Amino acid sequence: MNFELTQERQMLQDTLRRFLADRYDTRTRNEILESDAGLSANIWSEMAELGIVGAMFTQDQGGFGGAGFDLAVVFEELGRAGVVEPFLDTAILGGGLIAALGSDAQKELLDQVIGGTLHLAFAHGEPTSRYDLAQVETSIVQNGQNVTLNGRKAVVINAEAADLLVVSARESGAAGGAGGEDGISLFLVPTDMAGVELQGYPMLSGGRAAEVVLNNVTLPVSARLGAAGKAFPAIAERAAAASVALAAEALGAMETAVRLTGEYLMTRKQFGRPIGTFQALQHRYSDLLIELEQVRSAVINAAGHLESDAKTRDWHVAAARNLIGRAGRMVAEDAIQMHGGIAMTQEYELAHIAKRIIMTDHRFGDTDYHLERFIALSAA
Amino acid sequence: MDLSYSSEDLTFRDQVRSFLAEKLPSEISEKMRLGQVLGKAAFDQWHSILNDQGWLAPNWPAEFGGAEWNAVQKHIFEEECAMANAPRVVPFGLTMLAPVLQKFGSDAQKAHYLPRILSGEDWWCQGYSEPGAGSDLASLKTKAVRDGDHYIVNGQKTWTTLGQFANWIFCLVRTDPDVKQQEGISFLLIDMATPGIEVRPIILLDGTPEVNEIWFTDVRVPIENLVGEENKGWTYAKYLLTHERTNTAGVGSSHAGLNAVKRMARAEVSNGRPLIENPHFAARLALVEIDLLAMSTTNLRIVSKAAVGQAPGVEASMLKVKGTIIRQEINDLARRAAGPYAMPFVSEAVEGDNAPPIGPDYAGPVAAQYFNNRKLSIFAGSNEIQRGIIAKVKLGAMG
Repeated sequence: MNFELTQERQMLQDTLRRFLADRYDTRTRNEILESDAGLSANIWSEMAELGIVGAMFTQDQGGFGGAGFDLAVVFEELGRAGVVEPFLDTAILGGGLIAALGSDAQKELLDQVIGGTLHLAFAHGEPTSRYDLAQVETSIVQNGQNVTLNGRKAVVINAEAADLLVVSARESGAAGGAGGEDGISLFLVPTDMAGVELQGYPMLSGGRAAEVVLNNVTLPVSARLGAAGKAFPAIAERAAAASVALAAEALGAMETAVRLTGEYLMTRKQFGRPIGTFQALQHRYSDLLIELEQVRSAVINAAGHLESDAKTRDWHVAAARNLIGRAGRMVAEDAIQMHGGIAMTQEYELAHIAKRIIMTDHRFGDTDYHLERFIALSAA
Repeated sequence: MDLSYSSEDLTFRDQVRSFLAEKLPSEISEKMRLGQVLGKAAFDQWHSILNDQGWLAPNWPAEFGGAEWNAVQKHIFEEECAMANAPRVVPFGLTMLAPVLQKFGSDAQKAHYLPRILSGEDWWCQGYSEPGAGSDLASLKTKAVRDGDHYIVNGQKTWTTLGQFANWIFCLVRTDPDVKQQEGISFLLIDMATPGIEVRPIILLDGTPEVNEIWFTDVRVPIENLVGEENKGWTYAKYLLTHERTNTAGVGSSHAGLNAVKRMARAEVSNGRPLIENPHFAARLALVEIDLLAMSTTNLRIVSKAAVGQAPGVEASMLKVKGTIIRQEINDLARRAAGPYAMPFVSEAVEGDNAPPIGPDYAGPVAAQYFNNRKLSIFAGSNEIQRGIIAKVKLGAMG
């Protein structure tokens, strides 16, 4: 047993934490949130230069990390600072799917991803998917050396900034549930391609997304990632990686929420003394610290099993996401409550941090979805 | 013990229903149903519709133009309004300031201000909280110094809800800094157009400018705008707070919110079935509904007991705590029900522009509302303060 970070990961954590402490304060982030792009191109390229994108990929893929614990280290820091730039979408999802399924020619794109010059988005969920990864109805018609896609993708995060979308579509079978897993393919679709229409909007917890309409989008078959109809295992593996990242991000954000709350309790005075001297608040604060340790362990469990067989991996991921969904809600709500009105204001750091914590519950399955997954996988 | 409404109550309920069906403008109820923010015009319109009907001030004595409904009638009205997606009446003039003026105001103040509250000519806001005086309201620092027939007011108020629409503010100010905190506070009525007042919006975490900071720099207020006696303001403030804390259970809002969640959960599909049939979601929904069912009866028990004009005591604190927990739980359910479509933040969805919605129309504002309604357990005496009151009263009675 050893719960220490390796020397490399410790360095990665230190570097990233220092960089974000210097460059990513509340005001900077609020400017990014209010910008049309919803992300900072400068911050993105500086962080790529620091190797943060590279840390999401294995050495074989051109990076220097790629394991569950690398994701956890990076996303904990991103969460701590409330970073809104799309590391999940460009690196873990888009880049990760190219790395898992791409041809040698397609994998050459990874150099640009790692270098910070290529943005990606995973256009997978559809208006009725909720969290069902197999609910894909976007259609494919193959005609010789071309394929034509038609469909609609929902809440595609980073779509507007992306050069390429990784689009899922159905070659065969019916959408939804375990039966819908077979028959899904992925395609690399340039966002400026004829027939691709984006309706963009900001998101409540930062960043931007778009509704993507695919209207007779015609591509060469070489745009397909991997074998026809066989993309689901890679999608499920990347969804698990995304869940590890989201769990770690929530952990980092919760650490900030609890730190801010502790500081506030000891500085805010009412009735002539710091409010942290009231036992009612002391106990609630202690409960947050207890939950935080649970969350940290849940992240370790999930990250440590990301490379396990699919069932073990998903069982741990479901456990972590369910626990973090519950603990996250408690931490976000109690941190706001103990602050009072100040935490309700946009210019206070906790407002954004609380939104990050809560809104992770809306990606790749919420608390209840992961509870059901855990029960189903326990019985399987 | 009789849980059913009397035939008079049922007749009254039918009257309320047909009034709402006939008079509540559909563009207002539609905005309410979708959780969109109302502008001043919509509030004014509804205020004036209620006033024309004579139903604007059910709490007021008849001599001032009140409807003098009994507790059950008030409950029926609130419930029916919420279910019909009617807006809540802006409370600052009608249910907060007016009872204070009726009990402690001069005849001239009553004659001048009360009709203007009914007519909607004056929109009042509340100048209580300060940056350093929240839960510890009595530590407020905004000071008023007597200068001939004026007070000179300097200081800052905060969290002033809808202060941007107000033309008058009632304020707690310090008129004697040398005595016990509670004994040096006065209650002043201030015209917002007076030179030296500045309103600065506070943007909340859901992006809305719902509350404000109000700054006072050498603001001259005529002494006839003092309510009651100088340095007795704390008594009036506490009287007002007991009125602020009535109807904090928000039973009607909770019922309407629960219905909205059910509609969403019927439309959303999870594992090939309507979300409302998902056992985990259904269980969450059922637990809230069970709590609400009981609280609704608690609320009726308490309002039935309270004589007209007499504010309930510690029970109001109990209802505030339980009522806000339930409302916040319903907001959480709405957020969950929306799934990934809770993520988009489209201010038009909240502010009600005519832009096409992203995803289903019900999903747009739910996450913003979830965050916005964290205020429920913070404002009007935080739930911690309420619990303190309950323990102090109940344990104090035993000591």
